[in-house]
Amino acid sequence: MINTTTTETAAPVAPAHELKFKPKSSGYIPKGLTLVAVIIIITMLAFIMGNIIVGGAGTISLEFLTHPPENGMEEGGIFPAIFGTVFLVIIMVIAVVPIGVLTAVYLQEYTRPDSRMTRLIRVAVNNLAGVPAIVFGLFGLGFFIGFVGGGIDKVFFESEGPVWGQPAILWAALTLALLTLPVVIVSTEEALRTIPSELKEASYALGATKLQTIRRIIIPQSMPGILTGSILAVGRGAGEVAPIMFTGAAYYLPYLPSKLNDQFMELGYHIYVMATQSPDVEKTKPILYGTVLVLLLLTFLLNLVAILIRSSMRKRRANV
Amino acid sequence: MQELKFKPKSKIREFLGEKFITLNAFIALLAILLIFVFIFKEAIPIFTDEEIKQEASLDKMTFKQVYYEGREAKFSWQPNSEVPKYSLYPLFLGTIKAAIVAMLFAVPLGVGAAVYSSEFASRRVRELIKPVIETLAAIPSVVLGFFALIVLATIMQNAFGLVFRLNTFVAGVALGLAVIPIVFTVAEDAMTTVPRSLREAAIALGANPWQVSLTMVLPAALPGIAAGVVLGFGRAIGETMIVLMASGNAAIISASFLDSARTFSATIAAELAEVVFGSAHYSVLFFIGALLFIFTFAVNLSGDMILVKLKERMQGKTK
Repeated sequence: MINTTTTETAAPVAPAHELKFKPKSSGYIPKGLTLVAVIIIITMLAFIMGNIIVGGAGTISLEFLTHPPENGMEEGGIFPAIFGTVFLVIIMVIAVVPIGVLTAVYLQEYTRPDSRMTRLIRVAVNNLAGVPAIVFGLFGLGFFIGFVGGGIDKVFFESEGPVWGQPAILWAALTLALLTLPVVIVSTEEALRTIPSELKEASYALGATKLQTIRRIIIPQSMPGILTGSILAVGRGAGEVAPIMFTGAAYYLPYLPSKLNDQFMELGYHIYVMATQSPDVEKTKPILYGTVLVLLLLTFLLNLVAILIRSSMRKRRANV
Repeated sequence: MQELKFKPKSKIREFLGEKFITLNAFIALLAILLIFVFIFKEAIPIFTDEEIKQEASLDKMTFKQVYYEGREAKFSWQPNSEVPKYSLYPLFLGTIKAAIVAMLFAVPLGVGAAVYSSEFASRRVRELIKPVIETLAAIPSVVLGFFALIVLATIMQNAFGLVFRLNTFVAGVALGLAVIPIVFTVAEDAMTTVPRSLREAAIALGANPWQVSLTMVLPAALPGIAAGVVLGFGRAIGETMIVLMASGNAAIISASFLDSARTFSATIAAELAEVVFGSAHYSVLFFIGALLFIFTFAVNLSGDMILVKLKERMQGKTK
């Protein structure tokens, strides 16, 4: 062993003129070029944000936020869309958070990281995160509406026509729950990894079972991570349009959704509809900009909160 | 004794709890399988149902067809015409064209910014770049679509005197905005995982900082950068709202990037709502969905594999 390493390190040093690195050249060109890339990205982001803020700030008022659209969406507010979005993500969170948290607990606490099962589930989670949103929409239509909803109708509501086998807020929320599942899993796992093993060992030493340790120690300790994941999931879910287009979102509804099988209006879909289907885009423009600004503020606010929780969590970890 | 917080509980409860957690962990796996099954289930009539095969067989979707007697054979996507035409070629062309524009735009910017952030930026500047990219990633795609449709299209038309306000180029640039964060994040991660020892070795040999970056770090992290590009391409192919709103949605055959285009994803989004349940058109749209699913699945799998291998190599676990 020792011999081989010494012969390797004792290999002849290249003569100076063969050195690949010439000491004189300065690094301004690569540094400058990559800096230009950064500047272009920042400028574009600033332009997009500036444009939307300038275009939308004048529209947003209490009245805009609390009134329904009027006159073919050229006047009035966006209250039904806000209500629908909030309703939608609440159902989504109820569905996705328990499943995501328990999956993360399983991956971190019950299996070895290199076991075949863990790898398989991880591959599934990674791939779920990469499936295009529109494919989730197709799946929601084929599975939730056609198979599950249609099945319920066949068994319980045979004579009444479609009750569950039609676009509904429940199916849209469940479709979004699948789409955001990886977000919750990844975030919770990160938190689980930060729990010091002494805490768990202390719990076991006191005679607690694994399940008790998970409920009393592990879950409460990873709460910030679970919260971060849930908030990020909400931010993601609130902005996705493709998965809900066929599974429950409606152009316009004169009433607010009150049951799980109602259709609903949603901010992102409202933007799509106003931007592409409006007969007179110039007239809807102020409201359109206002809606975009509301959606953007909502997603950024959620992301900001998530980032703050996460960074305080990391600080805590650094202090341990 | 009675002050112990944890009372010994029944074994049954422990057993059920563990099984319940395990069961939950399989939902992600189950979801992928169900997506696979249910997308394909609706697409299968194309291969089995005689009536649907008459209208849209695999043959008719891939090769030139003579639709009216005496006219020349061509590729055409017109599912709602009197003679429904289901050639996938115009859609394929549109998808690839938009993705090419997006990648040409996003890869230099994403990789460039990643190199700057990991190699040249001071700690402070890096702490500024990362949130900017995260913010870009957090913008919902419908907002990017709106921006391309209302603002970007007008700017470009005025600047270049374009015939079609909504075209492949506009959609591709907006699509690029969605791809940049993916390329950046993966590439930057790969570069920061390059071991210190490698950098130090290069410095010891007399390289100055940027030479370390270009001749040492960049080649070592190249698989990771490639993975970022691959994953970004997957996103560019699958993204829906941006191309639906900004591409003009014309299913035409044209090599020009200034013509309108229609992508696979936008076709599903635009047509599924009006389609008759179980018709040939319905099955074809699910078939397109199946193609998208398989493609992105393959792309993600290969991207992940590159990253896992790279990580192992960086940690010295070469097999």
